Amino acid sequence: MKHLPTLLRGTALVLLAAMLLAPQRFAPVFAPLNEFGAPAIYDQGDLLSLTAWHLLTVVVAAAASTVVAVALGVFVTRRAGAPFLPLSRTLINVGQTFPPVAVLAVAVPLVGFGQWPTLIALFAYGLLPIFENTIAGMDACPPSVCDAADGMGMSPLQRLVRVELPLAMPLIFEGVRLSLVINVGTATLGSTVAAKGLGEVIIAGLLSNNTAFVLQGGLLTGLMAILLYDGTRLIERRFVRAGHA
Amino acid sequence: MITLERLTKRYEATTAVDDVSMIVEPHTITTVVGTSGSGKSTLLRMINRLVEPTRGRVLIDGIDTATEPAHRLRRRIGYAIQGLGLFPHRTVAENVATVPRLLGWDRARVHRRVHELLATFELDPARYADVYPHELSGGQQQRVGVARALAAEPNLLLMDEPFGALDPILRGKAQDDLLEVQRRFGTTIILVTHDIDEAFRLGHRVAVMSGGRLLQHDRPARLVTHPADPFVSQLVGATERALRLLALVPASEVAQAGAVEGPTLPGTATLREALDALVWSGAAAANVADAAGATDRHVTLASVLAHGRRASE
Repeated sequence: MKHLPTLLRGTALVLLAAMLLAPQRFAPVFAPLNEFGAPAIYDQGDLLSLTAWHLLTVVVAAAASTVVAVALGVFVTRRAGAPFLPLSRTLINVGQTFPPVAVLAVAVPLVGFGQWPTLIALFAYGLLPIFENTIAGMDACPPSVCDAADGMGMSPLQRLVRVELPLAMPLIFEGVRLSLVINVGTATLGSTVAAKGLGEVIIAGLLSNNTAFVLQGGLLTGLMAILLYDGTRLIERRFVRAGHA
Repeated sequence: MITLERLTKRYEATTAVDDVSMIVEPHTITTVVGTSGSGKSTLLRMINRLVEPTRGRVLIDGIDTATEPAHRLRRRIGYAIQGLGLFPHRTVAENVATVPRLLGWDRARVHRRVHELLATFELDPARYADVYPHELSGGQQQRVGVARALAAEPNLLLMDEPFGALDPILRGKAQDDLLEVQRRFGTTIILVTHDIDEAFRLGHRVAVMSGGRLLQHDRPARLVTHPADPFVSQLVGATERALRLLALVPASEVAQAGAVEGPTLPGTATLREALDALVWSGAAAANVADAAGATDRHVTLASVLAHGRRASE
């Protein structure tokens, strides 16, 4: 049973690769879902490039969210930044509460159709988990450890970089991971404003009553979410040191 | 020499430390003892400026500590605390190397120093240098904490209840180790504790604090014989004054020539231990071994008792 996770991970990866590289092979699987001989495999665009765009959008948005949320999380846990904690929290909560669809609607008139409004919506939506986890991670530094860091003669910056951030890393990673996975799903909405991504496949299916398209788009998105979640775990293991198991 | 001049720390309505002046001689151990809330930790933390005094100043070798950046000052002063504060994401060697690295020592020098210290504290570098703190026992972690505090060869070491988390047996061992380290390196140590026995055992001088004020700062024997305040006599214990005095005198200092019939004491024994051995065995005299193990000197019950009398002070 020890190898089960590896096995599942491998299967997901192989499945995703196969569906992207040889989509027509799956025609017999999806064909029974459609009536009147409608196409079973999405044929209005290249699945591989749509997936790549989808992934790129999600990763760029998450990277931007991470930079902003971690910086803000660190700032409000410093003494000088503490008064800004309630305000920052409110703003970031708004980002989460405001539905991404609504953000798209507001963003389109400002930045036009395409990838940009999606990036903005995903960026705003992804801030909260990273921000809250950064704060939790900073608070998790045991008082004696922080006291020792000061007592040894670390400057505030050295304490942050050498002690607090490394100790908060597992929690920050968890936040980034959460945000990535949420965004993989949310990014499908971007296709309503002409962003390239797997949402295109789902929406095409919905418009033409093609269940096979909807399922394909959904399946690819789901596989991507699972693999991203897993992938970040692997990266984390390289970055976060064994010490705080 | 460390000089505390009229140190005061106020937090809004409360005064944590109230006008404390004190001189700490170099190469000695000063223990600061008091109940919780007596201001002893705050006093200690004002010396390395983890707490900035409201009033007063600290001079180290005549130089006001406020004249240099706090983090630079702290790199020159060892600091060990209860709970140790070992960095959980760093190995034992990296923990010990913290201050030398902050000071920019070169790699070879850091490596040499870390290995030397680990060996001093009976932590085989080959085995322990690369493990993480959570893999160590409580006693080992405590030794790493002290090793880290001493890493950059500070002249002054501040310790805040460093042995508070240890069981009585490990605690006794840690105290012996500290005395040994202090003798070897000649470090000036200021140690805060709530345990009067620890304060007496380790301190060349004992400072008693209560309610933020320094009640008495003197040699341990003087605290017993001339308590400056009712609180001091209460802390010292009215029913064991004589025993405390005896515990301060090494038996070897009192021993006279000649071997006798009776128990044999180790060379490190105090008169208190001698008394215990004499009462227990019913003998009138006990031999005192010297460093080589020879037992040609002894103490008598009468000489032990004489040292426990107030008049002897």
